Amino acid sequence: MTAHSFLQVALFLGLFLALAKPLGGYMARVYEGKPCGLDGALGPLERLVYRLCRIHAGEEMDWKKYAKAMLLFNLAGLLVLYTLQRIQGLLPLNPTHAGAVEPLAALNTAVSFATNTNWQARAGEETMSHLTQMAGLAVQNFLSAASGMAVLAALVRGIVRRRQETVGNFWTDTIRGTLYILLPLSVVLALALVSQGVVQTLSGPRRVPLLQPVTYERVKTDAAGNPVVDAAGGPVTEIVTVAEQELAVGPVASQEAIKELGTNGGGFFNANSAHPFENPTPVSNLLEMLAIVAISGGLCHTFGAMAGDRRQGWALFAAMLILLIPPLLFCIGREQGGSPALAGPEVDARPSGLQPGGNMEGKETRFGIAGSAAFAATTTATSCGAVNSSHDSFTALGGLAPLFLMQIGEVAFGGVGSGLFGMLLFVLVAVFTAGLMVGRTPEYLGKKIEPYEMKMASLAILVMPLAVLLGAAAACVFPAGLAGPANPGPHGFSEILYAFTSCGNNNGSAFGGLNAGTPFYDLLLGAVMLVGRFMVKLPVLAIAGSLAGKQAVPPSPGTLPTHTPLFVLWLVVVVLIVGGLTFFPALALGPVAESLTPLR
Amino acid sequence: MRRQALSALLAVLVLTGLAGLVYPLLVTGLAALLFPQRASGSLIVEDGRAAGSALIGQSFSAPGYFWGRPSATAPFPCNAALSGASNLGPANPELAKQVKARIEALRAADPGNSAPVPVDLVTASASGLDPHVSPAAAFYQVPRVARVRGLSRETVRDLVRRHVRERQWGILGEPVVNVLELNLDLEKMAASPKAKSGDADRATGR
Repeated sequence: MTAHSFLQVALFLGLFLALAKPLGGYMARVYEGKPCGLDGALGPLERLVYRLCRIHAGEEMDWKKYAKAMLLFNLAGLLVLYTLQRIQGLLPLNPTHAGAVEPLAALNTAVSFATNTNWQARAGEETMSHLTQMAGLAVQNFLSAASGMAVLAALVRGIVRRRQETVGNFWTDTIRGTLYILLPLSVVLALALVSQGVVQTLSGPRRVPLLQPVTYERVKTDAAGNPVVDAAGGPVTEIVTVAEQELAVGPVASQEAIKELGTNGGGFFNANSAHPFENPTPVSNLLEMLAIVAISGGLCHTFGAMAGDRRQGWALFAAMLILLIPPLLFCIGREQGGSPALAGPEVDARPSGLQPGGNMEGKETRFGIAGSAAFAATTTATSCGAVNSSHDSFTALGGLAPLFLMQIGEVAFGGVGSGLFGMLLFVLVAVFTAGLMVGRTPEYLGKKIEPYEMKMASLAILVMPLAVLLGAAAACVFPAGLAGPANPGPHGFSEILYAFTSCGNNNGSAFGGLNAGTPFYDLLLGAVMLVGRFMVKLPVLAIAGSLAGKQAVPPSPGTLPTHTPLFVLWLVVVVLIVGGLTFFPALALGPVAESLTPLR
Repeated sequence: MRRQALSALLAVLVLTGLAGLVYPLLVTGLAALLFPQRASGSLIVEDGRAAGSALIGQSFSAPGYFWGRPSATAPFPCNAALSGASNLGPANPELAKQVKARIEALRAADPGNSAPVPVDLVTASASGLDPHVSPAAAFYQVPRVARVRGLSRETVRDLVRRHVRERQWGILGEPVVNVLELNLDLEKMAASPKAKSGDADRATGR
């Protein structure tokens, strides 16, 4: 690894550390309903929203009622987004005259955005109108993120509260999260991104002349759009000259900001954050990476503040950082090391002061290797899924890093809300197994961890690998699934495994060569996304309800302290054992086999 | 249950208004006010007309221009209406074939140059619209461009040097050269007679 790579990673992590704590404290005040500084400006708006939506803000909910509200809210979002895509052709703000999205594709996209996955089987600039992007996709970016954060708030209350039936009010949590956290941060970030060159406009595509016109060969079609064939039955081609470039633009910055802050990841453009209009400079790249981890990292401190023991927040933050850093550095190292197809005397792939070198296939020059590989690790360690490079073209082991980071359950900061509640599930397992080893009743922050909590935690942890592996296995058996991969050999299997891993963890990034825009993948991946989201959220809420009702036991000499370096390491080990062992066989068949196969 | 369902639908609609209309329109307004040129696509204006975007690469294959990163967009390279990468795996024979063809094209355009080709010049970018190449890739092409344009290598090398943009904040990203801006300046240089310096003969003579 070059010295510059280290410096860039150090700058990123340093800024992240400095940012997370104050943001976490602010978010704690938002979820505790305390004054947070923006009440004067946003308070009246908040109360207006409650009135319009007929919400009783003060009403406390038990976990079942909270879960019902969450499900109804997400279902409503899904239906509205589906409808919007189907009727976009009849609505305004459609400069490219995009027609109705196909039913299965629209369903897949609606599920994808409502579950905070933002898996996109199709190119956004081609299929979606500006209105759908703004009022459909971007809105779900806010709402799916806010509802994930709300579930976390409920779980934290469950841990903190004593002998109570309730875990908070879903509506106030979601609406306060949107108004006080996501919207203000998004406005600031969006403007910072525009200052770097991210576009923000409602107009249609710009046309500019090409300095050197481009010619290409295309198959001639008749009036009905069918290819014209010659006497021998072969297609007739014609030479086309393109003298103008059509620049797709749109309200990108506003969507870009929430896409990163809400760990959503759905890009305005097909190339996502690699597109110069989404991510024009290394500074915008740094801002986007910081935005991806900011809220998830901050929530660790929110947890510490709400639990009244800041060390607990730091312990979780440290465990997440330990899980993130080694794969991140490993990925940079592998990509800087170059790729077999680019070896040989004809190509100069040595990193130097004049060129990034390494495996530059599918990477942008301005980010180089470090800015691309660090982004890839960050976006998969969280549930973001925005990409600024083609993960599919990473070296075999370089591509293993993002896969692995998703497979450990996206708990190295993870999605907003979902990352921390995922980690808290692992905390329960860690406390429980440690308790078994020393023969004491396991407890966490004064709450006894009993069979009910363990059943729910196990269910939530195991349902993701189950969905991912069964889905990938099905795709390897059915012809419709086998038609997907674009690359031959083990890499083709990696493409399938990556798709299901990404959807099961609500990440949304892809080994983009896989042709997933088919009914088979639309339906199967859609189902995996739903399972990966709600079959985790529901057990989490059940645990919240169960813990809220318990009496706190005072700490005794036998209590396992959960803020010590020893516990942090134990937690990391538990995550690695569960994630690593579950997926090791699948990884061996994909990236590991590929890295061992000599190039023909 | 029914009351909750009604609240759910109303909440989605009200928040759609806030996050889907008010928020993007507010950002659009502020962006137009604060950064009008960047918000609308960073267009390069020459003689009052747009000559391209400083952020979006164009495809060059004529030997008299500097070439940019290969582009995998369909149906033609640098299609800014549909961005995308090749998504070829590292061991895919198709990738090796494409890299080989790109090396051969560079060699054919400049038979005298036997230096190894900088890797970013033979690999497709992630967006297919990368506006930059590395300084190494630009310097590699100096002999060819100088020969075809009848300029001295030193003149062309100086021009490239002026276009090298260092790392942002001295740390972030990589040094780059904007290919379209470089080629536009190259055109200007060819248009003004003064720039065709006296040692052009020497450059073309070899």
